Amino acid sequence: MRIMVNGEWTEQPEGLTMAALLERLDLEPLRVAVERNRRLVRRAEFAQTLLTADDQLEIVTLVGGG
Amino acid sequence: MSIAVPNLKIGPIEFASRLLVGTGKYVTYEQMAEALAESGCQVVTVAVRRERMSDAKGRNILDFIDPAKYTLLPNTAGCFSADDAVRTARLGRELLEGIANPGAAWVKLEVLGDKKTLLPDPVGTLEALKELRADGFVVLCYTSDDPIMAMRLKDAGAAAVMPAGSPIGSGQGVLNPWSIRIILEQLKAGDESYPIIVDAGVGTASDVTVAMELGADGVLLNTGIAGAKDPLAMARAMRLAVESGYLAARAGRIPRKLYATASSPLEGVIGAKA
Repeated sequence: MRIMVNGEWTEQPEGLTMAALLERLDLEPLRVAVERNRRLVRRAEFAQTLLTADDQLEIVTLVGGG
Repeated sequence: MSIAVPNLKIGPIEFASRLLVGTGKYVTYEQMAEALAESGCQVVTVAVRRERMSDAKGRNILDFIDPAKYTLLPNTAGCFSADDAVRTARLGRELLEGIANPGAAWVKLEVLGDKKTLLPDPVGTLEALKELRADGFVVLCYTSDDPIMAMRLKDAGAAAVMPAGSPIGSGQGVLNPWSIRIILEQLKAGDESYPIIVDAGVGTASDVTVAMELGADGVLLNTGIAGAKDPLAMARAMRLAVESGYLAARAGRIPRKLYATASSPLEGVIGAKA
């Protein structure tokens, strides 16, 4: 199924949870925050959040800024 | 009599340092960490961006900021709508809760109106502020030096109002000290401890001192340090400038006079006729 990650469509296996996606992307869950279809997904919900086709995700982290 | 500089109180948190420093634009994370230490700041601003923007070595900024030493203040920089700013603030809170930082419920709210000037959009700022307040955020509000807008933001529940001295990163200093003075006078009327922080436009130590001598509670800056040829020396200069300005503002300066007043006695000069 296709999932948009940070503006780019990616191909992901069916039945993927948010936690599993982050693992596939090699991202440390404590260092990121995630929006799914413009709604924040709390970190505690990553393991139970099942992704569905055409989901649009924003995966962000902290960077330098003023 | 004590000449110590008292703590800066913003919402529920207190800081010994009145300088808030941004973490953007340093050549390396190592240089940033050293500059932050040299500045003596206890609050550092950070931005929220899509993953994969870490440096070439794949390192994360959090490896270079000790969350036990610094309170992180996530910003909504780069947002041009209230909706984007609110979403970014929520993402920032989630990130900071992940590292158990006291700044988690904090946000430096910026809603910008134009890419070239980076001047704030007052309508969007007020809209986002109301939504963030309803969602439990402690909001430090970036704004222009317009006294009426500053009052609107305070009335809507901003924990601190942060007027720009001049456009972000411009290094022009405090362009309209009269407006900043009006903001200070009006927002602090009957509420002396309400924090006003001059944010943006500061180019060098004297700009910081000017802001503090006007009576600001603190200064937030980034490019002034990060863009200096020697960021460590400038970080130290900014630290001293904040303290200098704070103390000078309260020391009761002498009035300006048109003509000279001698410091040495006029009597007893040699060769004078009695």
